[in-house]
Amino acid sequence: MGATITEKILAAHCGRTQVNPGELINAEIDVIMCHDVTTTPAIDMLTDRGLSRVAHPERVVVIPDHFVPNKDIKSAEMVAKIRRWAKEQGIDKFYELGRHGVCHALLPEQGYVRPGITIVCGDSHTCTHGALGAFSTGIGSTDLAATLATGKLWFKVPETILFRLNGKLGKGVYAKDVILEIIRQIGVDGALYKAMEFTGELIDELSVEARMTICNMAIEAGGKSGIINPDQKTINYVEAHTAEPFKIFKSDSDAEYCRIVEINVTDLEPLVAFPHLPSNGKPVWQVGEIPVDQAYIGSCTNGRIEDLRVAAEILKNRQVAKNTRMIVVPATTNIWKQANQEGLLDIFMAAGAAVSTPTCGACLGGHMGILAAGERCISSTNRNFIGRMGSPQSEVYLASPATVAASAVAGKIADPRNYM
Amino acid sequence: MTGKAHCYKRDHINTDEIIPARYLNMDREADLAQHAMEDIDPEFVKKINQGDFIIAGEDFGCGSSREHAVWALRGAGVRAVIADTFARIFYRNCVNNGFLAIECPGISQQVDSGDELEIDIEKGIIKNRTKGDQYTFQPITGFAREVIGAGGLLNYIAGKVV
Ligand code: SF4
Repeated sequence: MGATITEKILAAHCGRTQVNPGELINAEIDVIMCHDVTTTPAIDMLTDRGLSRVAHPERVVVIPDHFVPNKDIKSAEMVAKIRRWAKEQGIDKFYELGRHGVCHALLPEQGYVRPGITIVCGDSHTCTHGALGAFSTGIGSTDLAATLATGKLWFKVPETILFRLNGKLGKGVYAKDVILEIIRQIGVDGALYKAMEFTGELIDELSVEARMTICNMAIEAGGKSGIINPDQKTINYVEAHTAEPFKIFKSDSDAEYCRIVEINVTDLEPLVAFPHLPSNGKPVWQVGEIPVDQAYIGSCTNGRIEDLRVAAEILKNRQVAKNTRMIVVPATTNIWKQANQEGLLDIFMAAGAAVSTPTCGACLGGHMGILAAGERCISSTNRNFIGRMGSPQSEVYLASPATVAASAVAGKIADPRNYM
Repeated sequence: MTGKAHCYKRDHINTDEIIPARYLNMDREADLAQHAMEDIDPEFVKKINQGDFIIAGEDFGCGSSREHAVWALRGAGVRAVIADTFARIFYRNCVNNGFLAIECPGISQQVDSGDELEIDIEKGIIKNRTKGDQYTFQPITGFAREVIGAGGLLNYIAGKVV
């Protein structure tokens, strides 16, 4: 019997030829990414136990992103502590402000994500990197500390759900709508503990960036990881970003899946996920009159250059509505520069949007775009939980960058197809 | 162990509700504890007594990987969370901290706030002293048990590495 890509990668990382779902393994971790929020506690835990030496400093990539540029004194202390620690440990991959970005956008861009490797980070959206055929999963601070100390981490080998996505996307419909549709169908715990493998002619068609958007939200269905078998597009992307060698694993045609979900995207429409769950997706033309106070484009889900291009296309020669404010946050410094070169930032600012330096910021209700009680935001991010972007009495609606841009212009949730 | 139940009979209670992101610039248990469950129940911290239990529906702890959620609950005095099911990273974080997360499908429909519960972890039995009922759960075994027994993952590996 064949194996899935996830089983193959995990087997190769614990010195086995085969592993089976449900088995507990201790896997070698190739890339350990650290951000500002979850790393400081891990450092303390290690120090407290006399485990202060990082086993493999060369595997560690440190990217402060949540509260940078430092939001307040406490956040400044957190980043200062990680910076000191990285120096002490001889970790040279530290992304200082000015070269920084949202960690899940920066990691692949800087060439750390390669097919066939294992990646962990103390952040739930680490599942993003499966888009390049890696096993990548989010962990907590204790797991992070353990991985830093040993270079390894325990896993239960997950069962895999296969999502076969066929058909072609219509005008105004994007990868974000596809993943919102998947979560709408299976629910926010529909893939609990499972690997989500995406395949089919839609995936073949999508760019690597769009695939990242899909894998990014695997966690919103409870998934342990999202993963896509590498193809020529993957190889081209990776080779353009790193010279490091890599090994390609792919699922066998007779691999065993615990469930197969088939979705044809041809008739899919732009979706908006209503508060307070990502699974509350509704077709945008059915939403009725929903005025928005804020429109937000950014994050590890949809803050990449393609997303900014789509939004700029809609905002060009238009204005953000009078009673709405719009914030655009390119996800990395390079994306910011690229958007600047392409004239996208000018378009945003001419439309009346505020453009900021990369940060997680408002996505998690941290800073730079917090919502007041009673306010509503349409956002290209991934979570619309209670209080996610500010007051527990505020509301977040999730949508594609196109829908967010159209809504910013309309001042209420709007169908992007009417603006293209 | 015995304690009082505090029920949140909802599915998908997420880590943003357990400890909102605005407090993630802190990581001391005592500081986080002040804000535990704040966005779901502003009175939570006042109600909870050392050793009490939280009862919840499905997928408890979904969302962000912040371990701060476990620390906030433990810091507030919660002895264990008993839920119909748990989200993956939250469950892992509980085990890694030696904190008890007990998966007991259906529990949220059977227990009410204020009920006095007695838990036998070895046997996998929860006695409801108030209602006179009894519920069973799959006792925690194997690796997770060893980690919890060691007081968490780092103590467990510290025992092996050093
Ligand atoms: S952009 Fe948002 S979802 Fe992504 S890592 Fe930052 S806070 Fe998390």
